[in-house]
Amino acid sequence: MSEEIIVHRTALSIPYAWAAGRHATRFYREIAEHRKLFGTRCPRCQRVLFPARKACSRCFTETTDWVEVGPRGTVTSFTVVHYAEPQIQPLPPPLAYALIQLDGADTAFIHLVSEVNVAEIKTGMRVEAVFAESPQGNILDVKFFKPITQG
Amino acid sequence: MEDIAIVGVAQTKFEREKRDLNYAELVYGVVTELFEKTGATHQDVDNIVTASSDFWDGRTISSMAIQSAVGAYMKSESKVSSDGTLALLYGAMRILSGQFKTTLVVAHSKGSEGAPNLIANAAFDPVYQRQLGIDFHVASALQARAYMQKYGLTEQDVALVSVKNLANAKKNPYAQVAGDFTVDDVMNSGYLAEPIKTLDASPISDGACAVLLAHADVASRFTDKPVWLKGVGHCQDGYYLGDRDLTTSPALAAAARRAYQMASIDDPLKQLDVAEIYDAYSYQELMWTEALGFCQPGEGVQLLKSGVTAINGSLPVNPSGGLLAAHAFLAAGLVRVIECVLQLRGEAGEHQIPHAKTALAHGSFGFCGQTHCVWILSAER
Amino acid sequence: MPKNVAIIASGQTNHTSRRKDVNIPEMIREAVDRALTDAELTIDDIDAVVIGNMEHFEGINLSDMWASEGSGAVMKPCMKIATGGTTGTSVAAGAYYHCASGLFDTVLAIGWEKLSESDTTAGIITAFDPIVERLTLAGAIGGLAIEANLYMTTYGLSQEHFAKAAVMARKNAQNNPHAHLKHDLTVEMVLNSPMIAYPIHYLDMCPTSDGACAVIFASEDRARRLCPRPAWIKAAVCRHNHPYIGDVWWDRSTLESAAIEAYKIAGITNPRKELDVIELYDPASYALVAWIQHLHICGPGEGGKLIDDGSITMEGDIPVNPSGGVISTNPIGATALIRVAEAALQIQGKAGARQVEGAKTALATGFGGSYWNEVFILSDRL
Repeated sequence: MSEEIIVHRTALSIPYAWAAGRHATRFYREIAEHRKLFGTRCPRCQRVLFPARKACSRCFTETTDWVEVGPRGTVTSFTVVHYAEPQIQPLPPPLAYALIQLDGADTAFIHLVSEVNVAEIKTGMRVEAVFAESPQGNILDVKFFKPITQG
Repeated sequence: MEDIAIVGVAQTKFEREKRDLNYAELVYGVVTELFEKTGATHQDVDNIVTASSDFWDGRTISSMAIQSAVGAYMKSESKVSSDGTLALLYGAMRILSGQFKTTLVVAHSKGSEGAPNLIANAAFDPVYQRQLGIDFHVASALQARAYMQKYGLTEQDVALVSVKNLANAKKNPYAQVAGDFTVDDVMNSGYLAEPIKTLDASPISDGACAVLLAHADVASRFTDKPVWLKGVGHCQDGYYLGDRDLTTSPALAAAARRAYQMASIDDPLKQLDVAEIYDAYSYQELMWTEALGFCQPGEGVQLLKSGVTAINGSLPVNPSGGLLAAHAFLAAGLVRVIECVLQLRGEAGEHQIPHAKTALAHGSFGFCGQTHCVWILSAER
Repeated sequence: MPKNVAIIASGQTNHTSRRKDVNIPEMIREAVDRALTDAELTIDDIDAVVIGNMEHFEGINLSDMWASEGSGAVMKPCMKIATGGTTGTSVAAGAYYHCASGLFDTVLAIGWEKLSESDTTAGIITAFDPIVERLTLAGAIGGLAIEANLYMTTYGLSQEHFAKAAVMARKNAQNNPHAHLKHDLTVEMVLNSPMIAYPIHYLDMCPTSDGACAVIFASEDRARRLCPRPAWIKAAVCRHNHPYIGDVWWDRSTLESAAIEAYKIAGITNPRKELDVIELYDPASYALVAWIQHLHICGPGEGGKLIDDGSITMEGDIPVNPSGGVISTNPIGATALIRVAEAALQIQGKAGARQVEGAKTALATGFGGSYWNEVFILSDRL
């Protein structure tokens, strides 16, 4: 009964190359070239969806207008993570995530909140995007959001 | 739905790590136990529906490894890559089609063999979200806070769910986590992702479970205590968490509406005797009881505090301890069904609800309850 | 109450090697829009969605969740079914049982894959047992090559027979606007292409494609109301196999077992005569030659004769894969659903340049896992 069971340890090693598509490519290009954040408007429900989507999944309608939103927004919910998962987490714990509704957008979006004492993050807090110095074409082109100290 | 019965159930004990059995052997064991209990043989199984995950199993076509274990050779087997409650639904559809008399439904997962947070992170789309490093705990924490803020709940309020369910689990021999915990114990169990603490979150489990479905024509061959499928509904919500109102679950409400309508239930709180629901996190039990119509939105905590959902209340919720006591991914919903069957057959042992006649079992999948499946089961045809 | 079920519409993307212009849900959406347009329906008319792909091919866990951005499943019942190469036929079967059970009336089946986003062979290798087989087996091709060789030597056929099948399939694909590979090939070109695993050459093998397919199933009443010429599902049969490739008993075909059962259900006694067209899941060209005997279209080893005499070409009495088949188009999670969709198009008379004149009864197959098979029979009448 006390026999040691063999445990076969391995990792799946499969490379991936994900196409962002035209819409997300434009979204990231606006960040890279102009430091601007864009959502798209659903012509049916009139919501401005952030980040920019080709279609509104709720209405099943193609979006039409590109609408500049943010870079400031409001925290609608947040969490502070206390465990380390270094293979995926971009910052060491304790790190904070928030649902942020950007000014001009009708949906919220998850992103990191940093340059703040995590104990001071609150719902309703105003934050603004901090852009990465060298954009890579992924969501960390917005490095994180930080509290707006004034204005 | 009156023509199909669950004629047998089996589940493993759920544990953090079952190193002595690989997952095909785990499945084989639970299927063998089901056959022993029902007197069914391999030949009595017309077709098989399984639930498993390529990511959790670390294998493409996760179902391939269990073909022999479920006896699929030269039979029809299909894999639902979602919660086991949906596999049960697919199994029932196959009998309702008139082409099969029996379906074996099996779900398994060995959470110990993968890296849960990495697997969870891989469910976030790589275009807009994955690089953020988010996982199940993060998504659920954002939902928990949004919900608690909206209705003014404290972390102590939510901790009461863990206190109730983990105490219930002491009476469930299959449970992995159980004990007499206090609100303080939950509060002091350490934050994973605020406001969720270790004892607010379901554990990671190894385990498997199996259900034998039979048409009314043949049900008596396997049991004299069939449990009848009376109603079912399932529904999927939107994907991006920020697109949804996380404080409510219209998808669960829609799934429940369909199931209730099919089962002629218009007052669930009165008509149901027991409910086993998918509390992957403590706050979810409160939210889901609201969406299931047991109480008004925001009143889940009052329902809990009033004792209605306690094991000796008028509608006990998770007398087994629920997911907080054991959470084998993909199997957890089907375990809820199995627990309801035990209740309706009077075989739930120490956590038996006296005279249970009508039960609700709930399964879910995806972040913050993106998809839901609700079953109504009855001891009476 | 059990109900009869028909396919009333379908839609496919134009399958190709790399769709960079769309991400996954956007690609799925294209097929769904085309199916809805074909049916003259909107997403509001769909009662439930059944969707499938293989998670490791794109590295997307819980892929039905993100897919809902394009699948139309938001606030609808949705079920994901995934069974390897058979995923498409398993999704079709899922949608069929949704309707046949009487629980749903109009169901959208979606199969998709974006194989350009990963290394498909690296993904397939993980299907094999990590302790016993994974270290020694290399993806799907090894097993297929062994079977092709076995067939060739058992019945005295040559690689030319397989090459002819490849030429035929790519020629047929030229009539299919959705097909991926449409090359004008010669037997010499196939035989001179690099040997991947003897006796399978590069041009004998299926490609890896990006694509999606959406098919709308409806219960009898709904189908009659919505569609002038539905393709009725006469039989949907699946046969599974042992899990270890080393255990698979080559001469006891799950395809044959499924076909025999399907013929019984559909009341077909002479398949060669009663079937008008076949859409066969052919992962490599040899399958077109070797597997039609399991469908009882010919006797054992006679597949070569059918290739030589043109019986299974567009001009023959039993055209196989007018669409070009899997060796012309292969977005894995969609591949088997495309077989069913193409069979339905033939019955509906909507197959365009690849239409088999007057097709009334069609057979479609799905192949996957450890050599398991699914068979569908469709007909213009109940």
